[in-house]
Amino acid sequence: MAHEQKLEIFRGLLKFKSNVGKIWGVLIFLSIITAIEVALGIVRPAFLVDSIVLGMKPLNWIFIILTLVKAYYIAWDFMHLRDENKFLRRSIVWTPIFLVLYLAFILLVEGNYIHEVYKVGFMKWNF
Amino acid sequence: MDTTVTTGEKQNVWGGANQPLDASYGKMMMWFFILSDALTFSGFLCAYGFSRFKFMETWPIADEVFTHVPFFHGNFPMYYVAFMTFILIMSSVTMVLAVDAGHKMQKNRVIWYMFMTIIGGIIFVGSQAWEWGTFIKGSYGAVETKGGRILQFVDAESGHQVAIADFAKEIASERTAHERKNGIWFTKEGTLPTYTVNEVAEGFKSNSNLLVRTETINEHGHKTVLSREESLKKLMSASQVVEGANLIHNEYGSRLFADFFFFITGFHGFHVFSGIVINIVIFFNVIVGTYEKRRSYEMVEKVGLYWHFVDLVWVFVFTFFYLV
Repeated sequence: MAHEQKLEIFRGLLKFKSNVGKIWGVLIFLSIITAIEVALGIVRPAFLVDSIVLGMKPLNWIFIILTLVKAYYIAWDFMHLRDENKFLRRSIVWTPIFLVLYLAFILLVEGNYIHEVYKVGFMKWNF
Repeated sequence: MDTTVTTGEKQNVWGGANQPLDASYGKMMMWFFILSDALTFSGFLCAYGFSRFKFMETWPIADEVFTHVPFFHGNFPMYYVAFMTFILIMSSVTMVLAVDAGHKMQKNRVIWYMFMTIIGGIIFVGSQAWEWGTFIKGSYGAVETKGGRILQFVDAESGHQVAIADFAKEIASERTAHERKNGIWFTKEGTLPTYTVNEVAEGFKSNSNLLVRTETINEHGHKTVLSREESLKKLMSASQVVEGANLIHNEYGSRLFADFFFFITGFHGFHVFSGIVINIVIFFNVIVGTYEKRRSYEMVEKVGLYWHFVDLVWVFVFTFFYLV
């Protein structure tokens, strides 16, 4: 192995003795996040569903943030991005983030616009 | 592959000895592939978001669509998908353990972990096939109006959905499926639903505790249930009975939901399937000692990258299809 393996996660808060230990630690962390997601998805607490924060229900924001956290640990620890060259990592990560943010922005704004047209337009869609 | 098995002899820069960004040629190409594939999946998921924003108020609620668990009867939203997610994460872990064992040149452990990974992948694909089957078969049945909207039936007291088979009235009818041999020879129609619209409507009229549920989501995030009078009126506009889901009709609501479900989970399932095939190839390579001879298990690492990517995509599909 050419690269040195970095064995700490959570910005050094948790340091593992071996790579295998780190893998199991990350698995436990990912499982906890999935369990939280599923529990929230089944319970759907009213206070997280009945309000709107930044155009979306707070529950949906929580799901998206937890997903990104999961994606981070899969990419960093399972796909070894943590051990790769810094600029390889940056080119892999920032390219899709930039493009996806752009695409999502364009398509969601457009979808929202069409939704308005269906709603207030003169055409009847539900008959 | 020459560049990855350098055994120390000096090569010049033009011979491939120079590794940009400290990544070997093969690994770099795998990252190129993963990046472009990630953008493809992002395109699909963004298109899903587009359609969903378009039909924000009538989109099906995933909790009410995916409620089945194999071998159990009842209403279990999410449990099975959560199990599938866990299986995939688990197989990702065994994969990364195989890569780790590869770095330490422990052949037998690589074989064992690769085997576990393949098993996990097969369980996942099998679960997905089962999920598809359940979705295609449908659970309650519904009627579709002339405008293409779906009307479902609920019990007035409990609010639970009622299967059309439980209340539809059997009415003898001459109507048979149109095949080439019994009608116009150059055209035919698919399988007829078990019940006709008339049978469902008559059954609905004689069961006073039934109500119609429309696609529209109210301010509490539930589907709107009509009053008895409205229900009877609405049922007049029914044009056909829908059982299960396909690319054209979907008993759970918006047909686009079914289209995207088949397309995105299908494309992901295809990735898992090809991942399993590649894993099996590498698995046998490990057994026959190919990488032992090369003194490098980098190939396991590369196939591992692909496998983790499949897991990564599932994390997003899970969120945007089942949770949000």
